[in-house]
Amino acid sequence: MSAIQPNVREPISDELALVRAAKQGDDKAFEELVRRYDRNVFRIAQHITQNREDAEDVVQDAFLKAYGNLAQFQEQSKFYTWLVRIAVNEALMKLRRRRPERMVSLDEDVKTEDDSLPREVADWSPNPEQMYKQGELREILTRTIQGLPPGFRTVFVLRDVEGLSTEETAQALELSIPAVKSRLLRARLQLRERLSRYFQKRVSGDGASRDGTSGDDDQ
Amino acid sequence: MKCSEFLNELTNYLDGALDDRTKSELEDHLAWCHNCYVVCDTTRKTIEIYRNSELYELPEDLRGRLRSAIMSKCSHQKKPGPQSV
Repeated sequence: MSAIQPNVREPISDELALVRAAKQGDDKAFEELVRRYDRNVFRIAQHITQNREDAEDVVQDAFLKAYGNLAQFQEQSKFYTWLVRIAVNEALMKLRRRRPERMVSLDEDVKTEDDSLPREVADWSPNPEQMYKQGELREILTRTIQGLPPGFRTVFVLRDVEGLSTEETAQALELSIPAVKSRLLRARLQLRERLSRYFQKRVSGDGASRDGTSGDDDQ
Repeated sequence: MKCSEFLNELTNYLDGALDDRTKSELEDHLAWCHNCYVVCDTTRKTIEIYRNSELYELPEDLRGRLRSAIMSKCSHQKKPGPQSV
């Protein structure tokens, strides 16, 4: 079983050249940074806020804040990591505004280890993505990840969807590396468990039995 | 290796961050423990499905509008105020 390959991003030296040019007042260079990372910021923001308008606001606010504070960026981390940190904070503020009854922070929802221990260990269909139509699959994946607490969801999105390293995720969220690893493990296990309801082999009687394959080929 | 020890190392294993010895112990465990094999395999699939899912993609027209708005506000930020020299 092979390790998951990280998403590949642009070379850092190129990024740094753009940042330095932007610091000197070159708006075209800053626009190139926007072009490079706007999709990532939008995805992260929508995963956290779960609201499209808020995510659009976060994209604008995060880049404007980055632009306004570019002189303070010390180049000790990647620009992208710094930008993600700004975007996560903006997104959490939006979430708090929408849910004033609950104080939302990355430190909450830390429950006992038992929460994530695998309870249901059923093997999945060989091609789980093909068990559902595209729209249904998106609905399942969206609903499932939205069910995670914000602290777990954010770590999973940065680490596994956006491909930040553990160290970058820790920097962006101002968490320790062990905290990132612990949340990532629990997020992965909780998602796995919840998706098992939809993807396990030979499910029947609940509309999830669209998998017409024989299901005999283990592995 | 016990199942609980396997679980503790699962994230490092999937991320390719284990030393050779621990990796080999873990793979020995996976060879005979079907439950852990399934948990490992389906967790890996979970990550791959989300990574490939393209949830929340930014449509190109909206993307263009957002970028224009950002750059326009940036140039406003930069303009010196009326009292500046």
